[in-house]
Amino acid sequence: MNDRTAELLAAFDAGRIAALARVVSIIEDQRAGHEAVAAHCHPRVGRARRIGLTGPPGAGKSTLTTLLAETYLAQGLRVGIVAVDPTSPFTGGALLGDRVRMEKVALHPGLFIRSMATRGSLGGLAAMTREVCDVLDAFGLDRILVETVGVGQSELDIARLADTSAVILVPESGDAIQTLKAGVMEIADCFVVNKGDRPGADRLCNDIEVMLGLRGGAALAGIPAHHGVDLKAANPKARARAAAARDDAESWTPPVLRTIGATGEGVPAFVTALDRHFAYLERSGALRERRRMRLRERVRDLVERSVRRRLWHDAALTAWLEAELPGLERGESTPQVVAEALLARSVAAGTLTERTP
Amino acid sequence: MSRPIRVLVAKPGLDGHDRGAKVVAAALRDAGMEVIYTGLHQTPEMIATAAVQEDVDVVGLSVLSGAHMTLFPRVRALLAEQGRDDILITGGGIIPAEDMAALEALGVGKLFGPGTPTTDLIDYIRSWFAAREPQGT
Ligand SMILES: Nc1nc2c(ncn2[C@@H]2O[C@H](COP(=O)(O)OP(=O)(O)OP(=O)(O)O)[C@@H](O)[C@H]2O)c(=O)[nH]1
Ligand SMILES: [Mg+2]
Repeated sequence: MNDRTAELLAAFDAGRIAALARVVSIIEDQRAGHEAVAAHCHPRVGRARRIGLTGPPGAGKSTLTTLLAETYLAQGLRVGIVAVDPTSPFTGGALLGDRVRMEKVALHPGLFIRSMATRGSLGGLAAMTREVCDVLDAFGLDRILVETVGVGQSELDIARLADTSAVILVPESGDAIQTLKAGVMEIADCFVVNKGDRPGADRLCNDIEVMLGLRGGAALAGIPAHHGVDLKAANPKARARAAAARDDAESWTPPVLRTIGATGEGVPAFVTALDRHFAYLERSGALRERRRMRLRERVRDLVERSVRRRLWHDAALTAWLEAELPGLERGESTPQVVAEALLARSVAAGTLTERTP
Repeated sequence: MSRPIRVLVAKPGLDGHDRGAKVVAAALRDAGMEVIYTGLHQTPEMIATAAVQEDVDVVGLSVLSGAHMTLFPRVRALLAEQGRDDILITGGGIIPAEDMAALEALGVGKLFGPGTPTTDLIDYIRSWFAAREPQGT
């Protein structure tokens, strides 16, 4: 580690915001010294709770992120926000605008906000968002709120990063509910129907609950309890819902909440749901499991990245591959055969095990 | 590996709209920069706080209110307090030439008058960054 990095990390340890911001940049850009910085952070990681907010463009992710931050700050907690917006695939530039909505809390000394551009990643986050969260965690922040890009249905990276993933929807997304089934349903630990002041919010809440199996369809709706027979008690789905809502439940059923961003209505219930989910994660062992999975994926990502770099930076291998192409074109060899041969050559040459910059 | 230039674009002061700032923000994005846009009515404290947290290279301010002689130096002083007087402060607005010169003497970067093509600002930021940033970081 050089002197500049050591000095920076000392300032980071002393709680200097400018140092935190620079460490984030070093990680984000993978600048010189990033390994040393990551190694410095790693032993301190694991205190913060990571909460992901995802959902379609304009659903109110930034608004709700701000309201959550406000609540946590009022509890005396320190909060980090990482807000991700897309990079233009054509220019490499990005317009990161989530801070506009966060003005209300922007000057609070317990809050750190960082905007990130996706830089080509397609999963709704940037490639380094997870590592940036580690930095914020190591710095000593208590809650880390991650706002994804406004996503469709396939950008589900948030679940690989967050302890709790909240999917934010709005009444207008009602028709999209069918397409939501794939993927999003599996990653949501909590559903929030925002813009609850608009028509259709209750219906959307109901539709999501039906989809989650928490409610029967229309069959039982509107039938009054009759002669002391409580139809709800006889309904196994209602029973499941009641069981899942208990504080000692062994499984988790995502709650469906309604919020109004402008007034903050429903936000206390959202905060409670997040707390309850975290308590469930701790109690059930799922937290340890999720975090272990995160570490495993992290190592695998690093291995893949460095294999790729070492292979394709090896000029001899690249030249060999080029020389194979005519034979491939003539059909004398197959891509599989060439790939295997290339791997064998790289192993023999020590390409994969040699540390290159 | 080269990294994108990060720029904070803000519109301080209580006056008016942010059309100009938005145009600049979009132009810088189209020039391949990462632009953190913070919107209207930004106080110098908000601008400096955001600039430090976002670790930007450049702060671009659109000032139409006539308060440029206090705003630019104030932002610079707040950044310096956090050890970030290396951040380039630039921008534009209706600023008399002698004020531009005075501000430059105070360590503020080049400022651009109304109607300057955004390409001038882009070129200025790029060449400033290239001169400052050593290869490889
Ligand atoms: N009517 C209504 N408008 C809301 C509500 N919550 C947020 N909004 C508005 O919806 C718009 C988008 O809110 P954001 O918080 O920026 O949404 P977002 O999901 O972060 O948007 P992107 O980051 O662009 O995807 C803003 O104009 C908000 O003021 C709400 O509960 N009701
Ligand atoms: Mg947003």
